[in-house]
Amino acid sequence: MSYLPHTESERRAMLNTLGISCMEELFADIPEHVRFPDLKLPLPLSQMELEKHLRELAGQNVNASSHECFLGAGAYHHYIPATVDYVTSRGEFFTAYTPYQPEASQGMLQAMFEYQSMICQLTEMDVTNASHYDGATALAEAVRMALNLASDERQKVILSSAVNPHYRETVRTYLLGSEASLIGENAAPGDMDSLVALLDDQVAALVIQNPNFLGQFEDVAGLAEKVHQAGALLIVVTDPIALGLFQSPGSYGADVVVADGQPLGIPLSFGGPYLGILATRMQYVRQMPGRLVGETVDQSGRRGYVLTLAAREQHIRRAKATSNICTNAGLMALAAATYLATLGKSGLRRVAELCYHKSHFAAQQLAERAGLEINPHKPGQPFFKEFSVQLPRPAEEVNRILLEDFGIIGGFDLGSCYSGFEQQMLIAVTEMKTRAAIDRLVDALAKITV
Amino acid sequence: MPETDKHSIEKTVYELSSTGRSTNLMPECDVPETELPVDLLREDLHLSELSELDVVRHFIHLSQRNFSVDGGFYPLGSCTMKYNPKVNEVCARLEGFAQSHPLQRDDTVQGNLALMFELQEWLKEIGGFAAVSLQPTAGAQGELTALLMMRAYFRDRGETGRTQILIPDSAHGTNPASTTMAGFEALEIPSDEHGNLDLAALRTVCDVSVAGLMITNPNTLGLFERDIETIVQCVHDCGGLVYGDGANMNALAGVVRPGDLGIDIMHYNLHKTFGTPHGGGGPGSGPLGVSEKLADYLPGPMVRQTNNTEKLQFSFSLFTPEKTIGRMNSHFGSFGVFVRAYAYILQHGAEGLKQNALHAVLNANYLRELLRSVYPLSHDRICMHEFVLQGKIEGSSVRAVDISKRLLDYDFHPPTTYFPLIVSEALMIEPTETENKQTLDAFAEALKVIAREATDNPEILHTAPHTMPVGRLDEVRAARQLKLRGD
Repeated sequence: MSYLPHTESERRAMLNTLGISCMEELFADIPEHVRFPDLKLPLPLSQMELEKHLRELAGQNVNASSHECFLGAGAYHHYIPATVDYVTSRGEFFTAYTPYQPEASQGMLQAMFEYQSMICQLTEMDVTNASHYDGATALAEAVRMALNLASDERQKVILSSAVNPHYRETVRTYLLGSEASLIGENAAPGDMDSLVALLDDQVAALVIQNPNFLGQFEDVAGLAEKVHQAGALLIVVTDPIALGLFQSPGSYGADVVVADGQPLGIPLSFGGPYLGILATRMQYVRQMPGRLVGETVDQSGRRGYVLTLAAREQHIRRAKATSNICTNAGLMALAAATYLATLGKSGLRRVAELCYHKSHFAAQQLAERAGLEINPHKPGQPFFKEFSVQLPRPAEEVNRILLEDFGIIGGFDLGSCYSGFEQQMLIAVTEMKTRAAIDRLVDALAKITV
Repeated sequence: MPETDKHSIEKTVYELSSTGRSTNLMPECDVPETELPVDLLREDLHLSELSELDVVRHFIHLSQRNFSVDGGFYPLGSCTMKYNPKVNEVCARLEGFAQSHPLQRDDTVQGNLALMFELQEWLKEIGGFAAVSLQPTAGAQGELTALLMMRAYFRDRGETGRTQILIPDSAHGTNPASTTMAGFEALEIPSDEHGNLDLAALRTVCDVSVAGLMITNPNTLGLFERDIETIVQCVHDCGGLVYGDGANMNALAGVVRPGDLGIDIMHYNLHKTFGTPHGGGGPGSGPLGVSEKLADYLPGPMVRQTNNTEKLQFSFSLFTPEKTIGRMNSHFGSFGVFVRAYAYILQHGAEGLKQNALHAVLNANYLRELLRSVYPLSHDRICMHEFVLQGKIEGSSVRAVDISKRLLDYDFHPPTTYFPLIVSEALMIEPTETENKQTLDAFAEALKVIAREATDNPEILHTAPHTMPVGRLDEVRAARQLKLRGD
């Protein structure tokens, strides 16, 4: 299979124009002893053969369409309206580059401007950038931004252990080249008092997740005031679907809001590409990483959009840029914009309500019919679409039986990330789960855990 | 479509919104409802209220205001805007891939792991490296990952005095930006009169303070670094490592393996060399290839193959290298992009990849030859997959930006403009291998016509474009009177 267009006579004509007899002559600058290696790659397939082969590979995966899936832990099986794939499949969008020539890229620029606008509304923040790679990298950049904003003496960041463990790992990697240290992860998940007690004049930021990794709402009343009194910034990781119904981080005083936008119309796709959301207050816009789209006018006063404040960015500021980010997740931001426009204000609220009701029904049934303890580490604390259960045997073992005997993809094994949480499973219930599916899970767990 | 329509503004979703209108996609709630925690609820949510047709029409209108490879020639230098095969889109959307969850157990996602394992192996072979991690999500993240690995490597060797990263003045801005993020200092190395790294300048700075050199080859002038082996030797001699920026690998896949040139560590841009779409800004994927001594520092999870003798078959599992610097993102990187790149390599095979590189270089040199008498070349020598012209016409006031904007009126996307920074009025042109001769001829012809216009009617260039949905936009105003949302 080849996508090369030249006929033999066209190629000959081009070589003649160049005064050479073969294309290989163009490579004389490359050391001869390593030129044109014999690569050991599979023989090429035709499109038909390729598609068949990939169908076979894809067919080897258990997935959220083939099985009922109760796995979440940062990546969720939500409904994707048909409009989303329809829009993101338009070649005009997905085969374009970064909109460096604004007059030829008004479509993507306006879509990004609308994405920024909608995310600002959702988070109740002033300004949103045009995306990061995913939630973990958006958080890493938010932490770097807070450290850059703080005075040199402030080199500590308080990181709640109820923040997604993979996000925390990513933050740690991103800070390897800095003097900054991460503290607070020893505190139990949801123990806000211990985190607040760590605030002092060396702290640049406090990071929480709300709803947290275990699905529960954190007690945020008065938190921002305490953080600000200590001269630090409050960074909140959140779930964009939850914001359809619940209070936004902006409303309780967050300085930077971070989320993975995957729930907003982006398929699970084995972990990526996803969408990093980062929003902040206007006063921090010049220290913000990532691209920004701004509104302006053309020569005749007509409204248009451009990439703006580029002086923050690597292609202008080079070594002094706020971040190295260049390629981002533009197409995923377009998916999120389409998702939010399609659902609208009542639709997003409805998705959040369904998640809430269905997860609570599942929790109540598991408690009543399977006798499982719900959210054992903090019973009674409100939760959104995920909750944990205490099992009488290892979660890994339960998950294997769920899959093999009942065809169910079980929840996340919390013992893999939290000591003291062995035999606990984090169960996600989105709007995709029918009552019948929930009943199947409850019946199965009731049998397994007897 | 009447001219006025094309030039009318497209309202935003908020301007199109009508209070109370909605698209109800969701089913009735089939479980008993639970009382909502009233004190945690938000008061209002200001999102648009539209019908499904409103939404579709709006985004279709937006798509019509966007230039793309599918719509026309896009010779944006260093961006490799080649054709993105449509069958790869079909493959990436297969349910088994698109609906699999990243936290599923290894044995339930053997198809995904097999694909990732083979892609790792193929990239190793193409680049000449001992190991590949697919985790970095973009070229810039590949750079940062590599620099953090270099840092860990020298720390383990007790060589903490190595604080400098050498970067040619022709490099992409991501190189120095990543350097700072990784806690190193960037030191710029000049280019010589042939457009190559100045070897003499390099020699004077190579000492024990150097952690490494970041080098793009072919460089951003589209020129192969002729002295690459001497450069690598020079850096290795002072104990440093050489990082290859793989942004321009489209000229070299199947032609030379960077690992064979002594490069220690390099990122690939799957969204450039391996035909995955750029998505209007992303997502990308920037896997890292490394030599043996750096393999243990790679970010995980990676995939390995285990021979399951019981079942007489191979199986695949995730693992994290022993001295890993840690995770660089939530999961494995841009898996959906891996599927497309895997499909791309499997369609081409070794000979196909080589032919792509040969034709990418043929097309660039052909265009260079057609244009060399019209615009000054930055360097008059055979180029690789791209070349740099100067957007200057003797006796005319036009600048590169005017030429670029005018090209839009001829239905061509402009080249990369004002980069690399070391060439004044730079126009960096990368045609790629998937463009046919007629397109290349027409593009050269347009640039010739524009050169004549520059002398005869410079005003038409200064005020270009004239046929786009908007005229030239006021970027200064955008930055001074910040308006970053409209809701």
